[in-house]
Amino acid sequence: MGKPVLVIPCSGIGKPFGSISRDATFRVCDDLQPGKADTLCLSLLVMGDEEAHGRVASSRCITVDGCPLACSHNNVERSGGKIVAEFKVMDLLRENRGLKPKTVTFLDEDGEKLSKLLAERIAEKVSELMEESE
Amino acid sequence: MNIKPKVGIVSCSGECCGLGTLSRVATRLVLEELRSNQTVTICLPLFLAGEEEEHGFAKEFPTITVDGCGKLCAKKAVAKYSKEPAEAVDVEALLKEWMITPPKNRRVLDVNDEKNARRLAELLAEKVDNIQESA
Repeated sequence: MGKPVLVIPCSGIGKPFGSISRDATFRVCDDLQPGKADTLCLSLLVMGDEEAHGRVASSRCITVDGCPLACSHNNVERSGGKIVAEFKVMDLLRENRGLKPKTVTFLDEDGEKLSKLLAERIAEKVSELMEESE
Repeated sequence: MNIKPKVGIVSCSGECCGLGTLSRVATRLVLEELRSNQTVTICLPLFLAGEEEEHGFAKEFPTITVDGCGKLCAKKAVAKYSKEPAEAVDVEALLKEWMITPPKNRRVLDVNDEKNARRLAELLAEKVDNIQESA
């Protein structure tokens, strides 16, 4: 098996969208694609941690952002990471206008639905990337 | 009337383990339930990558940092870009002191983890009160 793809969420704390990015990432790394996808602490990377920089520089990265400030995408790019795909919770919301997540601490039903949808898409991308590298 | 300053709570939200989730959930409980009118927050990656406006956050508000592990990203970031936090909590060390095991699942906290998050949130709320009283 090739090197795991790094999935890096923004984990924004002010709105539900950051929680969705985080929740979906854990679904992918721990449940849907264990061993094929992994994550790392975005803050540790931005703080300049050498090990985190090394991992990002030597891996294929997928960024997952909750808001248009795109902290994950921008910071992974600045750190020299090779971004092979980017996912935005806002795009998913536009496609699913009936879903209106409201809670941040623990996701409500709509937040859970969006997290599952997002996780499935990310997992699919991880599969594609792993097949390419075989 | 003496207007108390709001207190900023900055959580690491680390993705590597359940301690980041515990830090984040406890922080949100303070913001939403325990001290909703007295506290504010900012996303740590935004603060880190930000400029004057974002870095002004901890200059404007006395800050409590909540770090999941001993790498103390939130504490170091606030000290580097703004000023020393008024209080800094290392959740990993605190759980050892409380003789509590960290969450096993980083996405979903179980009943015990949630209880621990609430205990941590109460400690943070107490720190908020102390900071406001001494202001």
